Amino acid sequence: MQELSALFQGFAVVLTPMNILLMMVGIILGILIGVLPGLGGANGVAILLPLTFTMSPTSAIIMLSCIYWGALFGGAITSILFNIPGEPWSVATTFDGYPMAQQGKAAQALTAAFTSSFVGALVAVVMITFLAPLVAKFALKFGPPEFFAVYLLTFCSFVGMGKGSPFKILASMAMGFGLAAVGMDTVTGQLRLTFGIEQLMRGFDFLIAVIGLFGIAEILVSMEEGLAFSGKSAKISPKVVWETWKELPRYWMTSLRSSLVGIWMGITPGGATPASFMSYGLAKKMSRDGDSFGKGKIEGVIAPETAAHAAGTSALLPMLALGIPGSPTAAVLLGGLLIWGLQPGPLLFVEQKDFVWGLIASMYLGNLVGLIVVLSTVPLFASILRIPFSIIAPVIVVICAIGAYTVHSAMLDIWLMMLFGLLGYIFKKLDYPLAPLVLALVLGDKAEDSFRQAMLVSQGELGIMFSIPLVGTITGLALLLLFWPIVSKILDKFRKPKQKVEFKEEQPID
Amino acid sequence: MSADENTGDESGVPMYVAEAVMAILVMTMGAVVMWGSWNLGSGWTTDGPGAGYFPFYISLILIISGGGILVQGLRKRNTELFASNAQMKRVATVLVPALVYVGLIQLVGMYVASAIYITLFMIYIGKYSALKGAVLAVCTSAFFFVLFEVWFKVPLIKGWLNPLGFLGY
Repeated sequence: MQELSALFQGFAVVLTPMNILLMMVGIILGILIGVLPGLGGANGVAILLPLTFTMSPTSAIIMLSCIYWGALFGGAITSILFNIPGEPWSVATTFDGYPMAQQGKAAQALTAAFTSSFVGALVAVVMITFLAPLVAKFALKFGPPEFFAVYLLTFCSFVGMGKGSPFKILASMAMGFGLAAVGMDTVTGQLRLTFGIEQLMRGFDFLIAVIGLFGIAEILVSMEEGLAFSGKSAKISPKVVWETWKELPRYWMTSLRSSLVGIWMGITPGGATPASFMSYGLAKKMSRDGDSFGKGKIEGVIAPETAAHAAGTSALLPMLALGIPGSPTAAVLLGGLLIWGLQPGPLLFVEQKDFVWGLIASMYLGNLVGLIVVLSTVPLFASILRIPFSIIAPVIVVICAIGAYTVHSAMLDIWLMMLFGLLGYIFKKLDYPLAPLVLALVLGDKAEDSFRQAMLVSQGELGIMFSIPLVGTITGLALLLLFWPIVSKILDKFRKPKQKVEFKEEQPID
Repeated sequence: MSADENTGDESGVPMYVAEAVMAILVMTMGAVVMWGSWNLGSGWTTDGPGAGYFPFYISLILIISGGGILVQGLRKRNTELFASNAQMKRVATVLVPALVYVGLIQLVGMYVASAIYITLFMIYIGKYSALKGAVLAVCTSAFFFVLFEVWFKVPLIKGWLNPLGFLGY
């Protein structure tokens, strides 16, 4: 019960008028970001990060994590009302959400989506509350080889659990590591891979990459499709909310299942997008009338939304407890921690108790506030979507440019951002995943450090990765995941051909 | 986004060409990283692994995965379009002005460049009247100016010409 008392202390830290205000501002900004094309959780947080440098770390992370919750909520608005997923993880919500809106049940669909988002997040936060301290305590025993094994596991699970070509996942990851290596070497102090360009000494900042890859690229993709928004309007009355809430407990099984899927996919870096598809598919398979999915069934909204939010929330567990983020947005928040002078990882739970428990407490409050705010402001945000794309697009480019510049006050960064934008556009078109690149760029130096330290300990023997039972198990698991595409192919040959995975074509890779 | 919207323009860059070009780029990056890390010393030095030790392995992964993508792409020969000519044109209408905009930032600073960019974008791509575009653009720039320079005290780039120098920020 130590966790509970720590949690209440956390509530005490969070419950100041200033922090509640920041929470509201964060949620509203987050919903806005989630609704607008080209701005998403990851790059929205990246752009706003420099504005928080002067705040106290606790206030800053409360605001930034609330932006993240807001973005998770906001994605549902566009998918249900406009059939345009504002975020990749809300693609599955369009399958049943938009038909519901067409039948005039938009308010029910939105209420169901927001409420199940809240439920998913709540289950995940409860899990974090009790599991994160345990993981952190366990990880205190880790040395460099163990940490490198965990990094290895993180990246190998991209290959093992990702969709699409494993080569592309590897290429994206290695590009991230390659870019992370540019600049000053932390161990020897040598300049690496700068090829005589002085400004590259600082290296490639992942914030710039995130703003370009997710922001500019999104604008280019939207422009290519010649987007025109045309959507259903919605007004949520308290009566509809109440009626829908009365209906929701019937689907408790779907919610529970989706939460568990989401939590699993969030902790392992599977991410919110695959989680939402997986849980939609499961709900359809398990439901008594699975055929009516896709025609406006409320369960088809509950399942993906619960899973996406649960995954998005539990992605913060490995970030807090191990210093290894489970999603690009978590990676940006981790970058923030480093900038505020906090060292993420197991020691955070010992040294920065107030910060950690303040953050966890703010997750409870932030999601509750988010639910209330989003239910009351839907019409406002739906009307923002009616602003023509030819006004939104240049403004978002401007916001991205400002965001990129404020990171280091360097002009070169804006050019790099455009370059990353082009790269992101090509990545999206060719189905290269973006998350491995971002995570590798963030973790590159740390992964390398632990690798070199491990090699120093063993004097260059790779065998150290298999020496002790703990490190050996993690490495073994990592290698299994790395070669999973080959293993599963061989296994498939022995088994009967499986059914084709549903919606595989529609599923975006991120 | 007007006439070329639905002309059914089927010509464009096929998927497998784009795949191959990207794969070769990945391999080139691998080769560059390998060359760089080789020069740094990718082996074992007296005090442990050299600065190029880790990047060397990364470059190996880049080259191998790039090769894999190339082989896979050429084997499948996906002749679907990567982007049709009309699509490319639409992307260019956003990308090229954005690049010009970044160049302009360098010259006249963030605020003035942003105002010009939004105005011209709205007039030429959005087909709005010049007045509407200019008013909205100036308002946006002014908002960012207040937000960053006045409120958060985060100075943005003023450019070589610094046309807003008279404001004293």
